Amino acid sequence: MSLLEVKNLTLRIGATQILHAVDVTVGHGEIVAITGESGSGKSMTALAIMGLLPQSSDARGTILLNGTDILQTSEPDLCKMRGNTMGMVFQEPMTALNPVQTIGDQVAETILIHEKTSKADAHKRATAMLERVGLKVPPTRYPHELSGGQRQRVVIAMAIALSPKLLIADEPTTALDVTTQARILDLLRDLVQEFDMGLLIITHDLAVVADIADKIVIMQHGRVVEAGPTAHLFAHMQHPYTKALFEASSHAVDMPEAAIAAPLLQVENVARDYPVARKTILGPRPMFRALEGITFQINQGERIGLVGESGCGKSTLTRAILGLEDVQSGTITVDGAPVFTGKQPNLAVRRKMQVVFQDPYSSFNPRHRVDRLITEPFHLLQDPPTGPARDAAIASALTDVGLTPADATKYIHEFSGGQRQRIAIARALIIEPALIIFDEAVSALDVSVRAQVLDLIADLCRKRPLAYLFISHDLSVVRTVTDKVMVMRAGRIVEQGDTETVFTNPQHQYTRTLIAAAPQLPAIAV
Amino acid sequence: MNRNLIIGTALTVMFLILAAVSFVWTPYDIEALDIPNKLQSPNGGNLLGTDHFGRDILSMIMMGARTSIAVALLAVGIGMAIGVPLGLLAAARHGSLLDELIMRGNDLVFAFPSLVIAILITAVFGASAVNAIIAIGIFNIPVFARLSRAAALPLWERDFILAARVCGKSATRISIEHILPNMTNLMIVQGTIQFSLGILAEAALSYIGLGAQPPTASWGRMLADAQTLVSIAPHTALIPGLAIVFMVLGLNLLGDGLRDRLDPRIRVVRT
Repeated sequence: MSLLEVKNLTLRIGATQILHAVDVTVGHGEIVAITGESGSGKSMTALAIMGLLPQSSDARGTILLNGTDILQTSEPDLCKMRGNTMGMVFQEPMTALNPVQTIGDQVAETILIHEKTSKADAHKRATAMLERVGLKVPPTRYPHELSGGQRQRVVIAMAIALSPKLLIADEPTTALDVTTQARILDLLRDLVQEFDMGLLIITHDLAVVADIADKIVIMQHGRVVEAGPTAHLFAHMQHPYTKALFEASSHAVDMPEAAIAAPLLQVENVARDYPVARKTILGPRPMFRALEGITFQINQGERIGLVGESGCGKSTLTRAILGLEDVQSGTITVDGAPVFTGKQPNLAVRRKMQVVFQDPYSSFNPRHRVDRLITEPFHLLQDPPTGPARDAAIASALTDVGLTPADATKYIHEFSGGQRQRIAIARALIIEPALIIFDEAVSALDVSVRAQVLDLIADLCRKRPLAYLFISHDLSVVRTVTDKVMVMRAGRIVEQGDTETVFTNPQHQYTRTLIAAAPQLPAIAV
Repeated sequence: MNRNLIIGTALTVMFLILAAVSFVWTPYDIEALDIPNKLQSPNGGNLLGTDHFGRDILSMIMMGARTSIAVALLAVGIGMAIGVPLGLLAAARHGSLLDELIMRGNDLVFAFPSLVIAILITAVFGASAVNAIIAIGIFNIPVFARLSRAAALPLWERDFILAARVCGKSATRISIEHILPNMTNLMIVQGTIQFSLGILAEAALSYIGLGAQPPTASWGRMLADAQTLVSIAPHTALIPGLAIVFMVLGLNLLGDGLRDRLDPRIRVVRT
């Protein structure tokens, strides 16, 4: 008998049908991945298995864990099972830990809740468990002293402290950098073998799935569309949605040839320091060097990628290029004019640059209509179009990004994440800037939507020469939409060159590590 | 609609109507004394009875509602008109000397018990409704300044503000165009609560004779006039007292209900 058997699970919340007859099985020592895009019901399936569904939900079917039906089990009994028979790892390691308790205490607490044992024994076991998950810091540390990857290790240690039979991990690596992700996935794989656990991993990332899972369950709109052993499923995809998902994940954009002309943006030897908290009460404030010796150039029509992990200085560099913050040394110029001009921004320079941000939900003022949102850059023009000319500009900007002129009178909450990112691009393009900065612009999108937005960028490049700086942590995306790439680490550019050259023949050790750590989809003809 | 909001709106609207009607009609003229008819209990002729000068209490409650609402509304208006821009300015220049000056100035005003200073102001400049408005208004400034600064700071971190800065917009313009509209909910809710506090403060000042002066009717002074008569004619104290209680209760319930309704986070939790 399998460890976990979900049969014919149907879930309703209010009048909405969330899950339709979902079947999932996980055996001992087996890694099963549920994958799908947002709204596919994968997280709800996980919540149902943990017995953590919202109050108003109505679940039917059976969820047998080790012979016990979760749906028929009372809440107090479920509490005994959680952490004991099943462990959980959540997406956000930043919020999953209690900030005022040491990590050793938190792991020990899990043990003390479920077992009648002494505090000393619990602490001893907690320390051993933290060592087992590869944490190289003492258990007396607090969560804020740890990095994201270290925190996720603590969360995993808590989840497996009582050697549960089933471990459920909901997007365990989504918030982590690629190199950290690779290490966490290795750890999970090792733990499954060592403890003979079943691991149910929920992720949107097909490459991660391909890397780790024994079996895959692909979900769409609350239904399981395809399931099977990983290698077999990838080799013989049946359902069109699986194929579409796979195609979108490894989507190669058809970029037009770059028409490179005169230099546009010149960044020379830029350094940026931030003051950090004083170490002693009256001592000088120490400085943190966020950028150091950054030198590069973007020519008109040139498409450059910037990759690096969190904290490497990507955002600081973006703000400096946009002229929002001054730098300590070095120069940043657009067409020879400096981008930072003190309190009064130089509109002539600002006009040449626009930006698209990562989060489609915080990029727009929720109280303005789309027409007002996308015409905001008109503020930079000396003589902005009014009346019919303004309407025409709005209509053409919206049409260019694949929306309709009628969308101009809607509010932003009426649009999906992908549509919002299109609106963000429309806002950036409406004054026809020479340079656009895409700051993780597609990172928050589902793979199929991401593929569409990338195609849109390629289309726009075809219509007119467009130079952009594409900042991303996702190597595969950068590879497909850029001509040149820069690799950044700890405030420095460690390698730059033609994208293909850098990816096929990386020179710097760090670039090699990054490329090796990025999970790969198996190459399969679809 | 939740229950708080319905009850709060009903009570508030009732007093607003009483105050509005008093402009055109009251059952009796409150300046006309009718001594033989004094201290009548509620009856057919005087629905809420009469006071020690024989004036109709219902008419005085209506005129008093007008005074209370006018004083509290203007005081909240002063607080908002000065406090919100100060808060927005402090948030826009977060961490600067100006921010420090504004916020420490606020602390200074907060440090004094508001009624004591109100007494001081009215004692120095004379007791009148206008001085009461100014005194109560000054104490509304730091409330709105702090609240709007606190509401504006997280908004400044949002990407759409960054996008506006990329478009070369000045901090003032961003504050008016992007920050202010996104914190109106909070200001409306706080406004209702300050409004109820203003009613209380006006009643307190009038009670000690530092608010609206005779012959202007005021709930606070009605209470003061009635305190020696409580044993003979309890209704003279009870009725203005209840008027204050219901007005303040109504505004607080309204503020609570509005908060539940306007704050999407709370709404999700409750449903």
